[in-house]
Amino acid sequence: MDVMKKVPVREQDAKIRATNFKEVCLGYNKQEAMEEATRCLNCKNAKCIVGCPVSIDIPKFIKEVSDGNIEEAAKTIGKSSALPAVCGRVCPQETQCEGKCIRGIKGEPISIGKLERFVADWSRENNIEPEAPKPSNGKKIAVIGSGPAGLTCAGDLAKEGYDVTIFEALHEPGGVLVYGIPEFRLPKDSVVKHEIDNVKKLGVKIETNVVIGKSTTIDDLMDEEGFDAVFIGSGAGLPKFMGIPGENANGVFSANEYLTRNNLMKAFQEGYETPILAGKKVAVVGGGNVAMDAARTALRLGAEVHIVYRRSEEELPARVEEVHHAKQEGIIFDLLTNPIEILVNENGWVSGMKCVKMELGEPDASGRRRPVEMKGSEFEMELDTVIMSLGTSPNPLISSTTDGLEVNKWQCIIADEEHGKTTKEGVYAGGDAVTGAATVILAMEAGKIGAKGIMEYLGNK
Amino acid sequence: MYKIVKAEELAKNIYLMEVEAKRVAHSCKPGQFVIVKLDEKGERIPLTICDYDKDAGTISIVFQTVGASTQRMAELKAGDSFRDFSGPLGCASEFISESLEELKNKKMLFVAGGVGTAPVYPQVKWLHNHGIDADVIIGSKTKDMLILEDEMRAVAGNLYVTTDDGSYERKGLVTDVIKDLVNNQGKKYDVIVAIGPMIMMKFVSLLTKELNIPTIVSLNPIMVDGTGMCGACRVTVGGKIKFACVDGPEFDGHLINFDEAMKRQQMYKSDEGRAILKLQEGDTHHGGCGQCGGDE
Ligand SMILES: Cc1cc2nc3c(=O)[nH]c(=O)nc-3n(C[C@H](O)[C@H](O)[C@H](O)COP(=O)(O)OP(=O)(O)OC[C@H]3O[C@@H](n4cnc5c(N)ncnc54)[C@H](O)[C@@H]3O)c2cc1C
Ligand SMILES: Cc1cc2nc3c(=O)[nH]c(=O)nc-3n(C[C@H](O)[C@H](O)[C@H](O)COP(=O)(O)OP(=O)(O)OC[C@H]3O[C@@H](n4cnc5c(N)ncnc54)[C@H](O)[C@@H]3O)c2cc1C
Ligand code: SF4
Ligand code: SF4
Ligand code: FES
Repeated sequence: MDVMKKVPVREQDAKIRATNFKEVCLGYNKQEAMEEATRCLNCKNAKCIVGCPVSIDIPKFIKEVSDGNIEEAAKTIGKSSALPAVCGRVCPQETQCEGKCIRGIKGEPISIGKLERFVADWSRENNIEPEAPKPSNGKKIAVIGSGPAGLTCAGDLAKEGYDVTIFEALHEPGGVLVYGIPEFRLPKDSVVKHEIDNVKKLGVKIETNVVIGKSTTIDDLMDEEGFDAVFIGSGAGLPKFMGIPGENANGVFSANEYLTRNNLMKAFQEGYETPILAGKKVAVVGGGNVAMDAARTALRLGAEVHIVYRRSEEELPARVEEVHHAKQEGIIFDLLTNPIEILVNENGWVSGMKCVKMELGEPDASGRRRPVEMKGSEFEMELDTVIMSLGTSPNPLISSTTDGLEVNKWQCIIADEEHGKTTKEGVYAGGDAVTGAATVILAMEAGKIGAKGIMEYLGNK
Repeated sequence: MYKIVKAEELAKNIYLMEVEAKRVAHSCKPGQFVIVKLDEKGERIPLTICDYDKDAGTISIVFQTVGASTQRMAELKAGDSFRDFSGPLGCASEFISESLEELKNKKMLFVAGGVGTAPVYPQVKWLHNHGIDADVIIGSKTKDMLILEDEMRAVAGNLYVTTDDGSYERKGLVTDVIKDLVNNQGKKYDVIVAIGPMIMMKFVSLLTKELNIPTIVSLNPIMVDGTGMCGACRVTVGGKIKFACVDGPEFDGHLINFDEAMKRQQMYKSDEGRAILKLQEGDTHHGGCGQCGGDE
């Protein structure tokens, strides 16, 4: 074994997986995990922990894995993270824990994410139950939204004996984990549902089909239904469009619509009634995780798929692993390319897209080199489907119906970083609703902070 | 689960159901809608709230069978349940936030087309309960498809019924009635609310623009979540993109790009056609019709 290299992880062959929705990465088995764990140097001053937003004691859990004590490893992770099977799969490790790993200076970093995933999967398969919650303290908390932020906050509060109810607008809990991230990256029934069940086992109630701001309001929850505090984890679900001609043509979708039809509504599965237009030749506009997910979904539904992104490969905001997987599967990357018009046929359907070539100029405010149009480089692509994946912002449903809850100019709820406290007494917030679209692990961290903030608030009251 | 307490066929292929949904009943207002899902595998179907009973905690919906999901819904009986029933969604009709004094001085005309009679009903009823009697036109293809006539008569000012084929009362389209009322009978209306098939709302809006009468329509584009998350329901209003589920469903009829909205509504037509065939013919459907690409 070469200690400089990661123990390779088994994956479904690219050709085969491009035609199914089963998970791409098969993960380590116990033997592989123990072998990978021996590469860890058990650093005294472990930089990896600093890179992890929830500060998992990484050297300790890895040591347990190398000793074969998987249950102990699970307990160690469980102290800091409520959703390890999810984070082990979807965290951008290369910029977080693994990005800081000392091993990574000379060789490849430890596969921290894959080890975390192994430990979480092993606990699930071996029916390791979460620790029982403390006895009830009679205080009622409402959590809005059942994404990673809401689930984590609810779980932390329930462990301490609070009576927690989650209100979810959709018909299934899980937030982006269920409607956004596809099955082939994050299996719904085995992984996500299990993590949600664990939160329920702590006594958390989940009421689906309740749209806060419409079905009821935060003020009513507090004044009429007797909730002592509220945590808002409503995410950033509002899709953006480009504002170019032709964008309302038939065959133009937001990535959210395309993914929701396929993931939440299971359009790809036989027997489910929600239709999806697979498309034969699809362009996905954008370069983030969401764009990769939409592209790889369209590919699996049988289309030829192009990613159209206005900067270069280096600036692609998606996780490196996802870009790598997308390429392996045959997604075509049209980089330094920007759409200027969607071409529409006489029946109102997409027939193509007019684009312009870009080159990189001076760095802009984000520090990335700014793409500028190359004069006279217009060209047309022939297409039948365009998926817009340009980012999302928080939905104003809640902020516009809650007295005294302030938002900034991006519609993000204003909440302080130490406690998640908003401008309204007793109301806390975190996750994408506060930061704008970010990551699962940051949303979880915000959920933890919110839970702590609420406990302090109610303790002092 | 949301229990159905009453289920009845109002006319051929048009059904009324009263469903227990406490939170929705507690908060809903005229003009809003719900999204229902029959079971695990069903679609999310948007339906306008047709009536509500806040004390009993029930909501009435009226739907026409058009595709596979609504056909399966039609088979439900009292005592059965919907798996999901979410709402109220969308914005309430604007007039309910106007002052009653102002409203009383307004002459309102409601134009209902087909199953659109159902969403018009709670608005007219609300006005009636606040001492205002609005005129109502109901248009129906034929006598057998007319719904809620008696209910509407009880709350409307003048009620005009017209059928496309002349099988009942007047013969002609709702636009003919509007013309007659305004041009021949000297009626003056300050605002018209039109709800029905997209094509009807388009022609009503074209006419009322000519007649210079402000017009509100309630759009029914294809929707998925109904909370502003997917953009499937986007429509162009006054040159700007709006999401009908959160910005609407009611909009100024004179500003809507109806042709685009009608095209968008057809987006899943061929897919749905296949689903219907499969439903009707069950396991006996093995392709060969030349339309559906065989037994996929
Ligand atoms: C396609 C896609 C791929 C992604 N891939 C990755 C990845 O690989 N790695 C990563 O770290 N991150 C990824 N992300 C980002 C990550 O999923 C989000 O940052 C994270 O889910 C945010 O969590 P949250 O709890 O704040 O909100 P969400 O997960 O958005 O959950 C919010 C929940 O609140 C509900 N809600 C909203 N409004 C209301 C209301 N008014 N009343 C009741 N309920 C309401 C919503 O229905 C939703 O269920 C991805 C996102 C998408 C869309
Ligand atoms: C806000 C709103 C309120 C509505 N209120 C009512 C109501 O009170 N009563 C009622 O009967 N219907 C109402 N509709 C329409 C109803 O949602 C559709 O008829 C239903 O979704 C059809 O479902 P399906 O699966 O049976 O057929 P679909 O999957 O929709 O397909 C069947 C056929 O219907 C067409 N179609 C798709 N969506 C619509 C639509 N929204 N309107 C008309 N045709 C459509 C398709 O092109 C297709 O040809 C409303 C829609 C919206 C958006
Ligand atoms: S939670 Fe994410 S960042 Fe933290 S150790 Fe796990 S994979 Fe790394
Ligand atoms: S930095 Fe890398 S090698 Fe060091 S403890 Fe963390 S994972 Fe192990
Ligand atoms: S239905 Fe999804 S945004 Fe309106």
